[in-house]
Amino acid sequence: MLNRETGTFKKTYQDDLAIYKAPLPKITVGVICLLVFVIVPLLGSEYWLGILNLIGIASLGALGLNILIGYTGQISVGHAAFMSVGAYSAAVILREFPDAHWIIALVGGGCAAAIAGMLFGIPSLRIKGLYLAVATLAAQLIIEWIINHWEWLSGGAQGSIYIVPPTFPWFENGEFVAKKMVENVHYYYLIYVVLFIGVLAALNIFRSYLGRAFIAVRDRDIAAEIIGINIFKTKLIAFGIASFYAGVTGVLYTYFYSIANYEMFTLVISIQFLAMCIIGGLASILGSILGAAFITLLPIVLDLVIRGLGGSVLGWDDAHASRILPQWNLMFFGGLIMFFLVVEPDGLARLWRKFTDYFRVWPFPYN
Amino acid sequence: MYEIELMINGLLVGSLYSIVALGFVLIYKASDVINFAQGQFVMFAGYVIAFWLLSMNMHLALAAVLALVIMVAVGLFIEWAVLRHLIGRPVVAIIMATIGLAFFLEGFAQMLFGIETRSVPLPISDEPIFVGDILINKIELIACGVAGVGFAAVGWFFIKSRSGIALRAIADDQQVSLAMGINVRRYFGIAWAIAGVVALIGGVFWGNATGVDTQLALIGLKVFPVVILGGLDSIIGAIVAGLIIGLLESLAAGYLDPLVGGGTKDLTPYVVMILVLMFKPYGLFGKPIIERV
Repeated sequence: MLNRETGTFKKTYQDDLAIYKAPLPKITVGVICLLVFVIVPLLGSEYWLGILNLIGIASLGALGLNILIGYTGQISVGHAAFMSVGAYSAAVILREFPDAHWIIALVGGGCAAAIAGMLFGIPSLRIKGLYLAVATLAAQLIIEWIINHWEWLSGGAQGSIYIVPPTFPWFENGEFVAKKMVENVHYYYLIYVVLFIGVLAALNIFRSYLGRAFIAVRDRDIAAEIIGINIFKTKLIAFGIASFYAGVTGVLYTYFYSIANYEMFTLVISIQFLAMCIIGGLASILGSILGAAFITLLPIVLDLVIRGLGGSVLGWDDAHASRILPQWNLMFFGGLIMFFLVVEPDGLARLWRKFTDYFRVWPFPYN
Repeated sequence: MYEIELMINGLLVGSLYSIVALGFVLIYKASDVINFAQGQFVMFAGYVIAFWLLSMNMHLALAAVLALVIMVAVGLFIEWAVLRHLIGRPVVAIIMATIGLAFFLEGFAQMLFGIETRSVPLPISDEPIFVGDILINKIELIACGVAGVGFAAVGWFFIKSRSGIALRAIADDQQVSLAMGINVRRYFGIAWAIAGVVALIGGVFWGNATGVDTQLALIGLKVFPVVILGGLDSIIGAIVAGLIIGLLESLAAGYLDPLVGGGTKDLTPYVVMILVLMFKPYGLFGKPIIERV
């Protein structure tokens, strides 16, 4: 009875509307929250918390992109550009108003990115599919160019703005003091709280009219229009929400590295986020997180494997390994995208679903 | 004089854009695949020809034939290994597959041929020709001529040959073509093989102009403004739009750069592209898509 539905025995509307249909998912969510917010930060080393931070930030960005691509069916190759809009907006806010709280900059960066995203989403009124992909590609290159050539915005020739680390209230000696975030564990809480809010918001979007409108536009846009969905508005909102997530992601990168730099937001990064959505699984919130973890860990694991295995089995020295690593990275990255598209188009999320489906009826499968 | 020189050089560079765009249009026309790996295709071809010419010290003709065989094989292999499995899948899957292909080719080419920049030496002197006071690069003129021949050949292929007609039928309606007994998979393979050959032409001339390394793959991004302006499925569009984009770039570099302080050459094509997408999404010669529920 913990996790098995043998039929519908609901007697009230409240039961019918319940978010958790069985006790096990509720327990799972509780355990995951406990793990993420209490156990991991207590046990994790500085190095692994740093990697988890990168995964968390990437998850938020991938989630935003997945709302746009997976749920609304609008392709964007310019996700990183909207991150850079968020990053630079927050950095400029903090530079021009040194007293502003970092939360204001965080939300401000998200809003600026949302506006930019909606602006570049306007062509989606007339075009879709590959034409839209190309339009967002132009957005990426144009935004990159503007940031590179507008000195006030990008802080001079290096294209980077340094920021002071955000602070958090800390209870010390009987009073609250503002402490600067310096260790990875501080950023860990910042990032995972923001990610938690982001996931919660995304889950709730897809329980509402708006989320269903997104899915209708994706599945058959003309039919969606006929049943009374304002396609243009829906698409623009999707672009806005996705870009808001992207902007917040960019701001988080800026806080984490204490610097806003356009080199963190190039076309290649956009494509990495696309790959996260594809490998994780389109139209899946869990998939966005799994994909982000996968793509973030790929170079790290590859590094370990090539240095370890190449060193011990093939006798490569360290210099040779470092020389060929970037190429292997490119090949694995591209090869895995193609592999997943051909073999498992619904990505890691589908593999996870297969796994849980097996255990749902275990040990008495009906087939 | 300055204006005319700018324009002529723009047109000559534009003809090189047209060549790369041609490979792109070919694949799109035949199989509805938008090939984000076109630049990497050109780069790979450049690496291959540079390898035969420099490392193996071969004669140009022999090197060209060998490179041709390799590029055809690469085209066929890509179609067989990846794109064939994605027929009928959503656009995002196909776009992502070609993006993945782009990364793979880049890494693969570097692993095979090394990361240093190669040159593609052609037996053409780099002494410019003077027409009146106007300076013209000989190699660009030859590239322009080759592009013209290439376009004529592809045009003939699509209008007259049996394979070309089959490809047009497939582009029009895959299912009906299947019902009429056209071997769709085989023709997709042919389209990719031709794209490989066209990429080779691009690789030779671009490689000669800029040297072969991974930077050459960026040419693939320049192709998008060209094909969008010309219409994704139009060969004549690729020619005209290539020339227009080359011309605009050259004029922007000549006139706008002094005003805003440089770099407009890289920006102009994309601004043009956004405008085209907003006001005339199917380009100058593209076929509008009519949608029904």
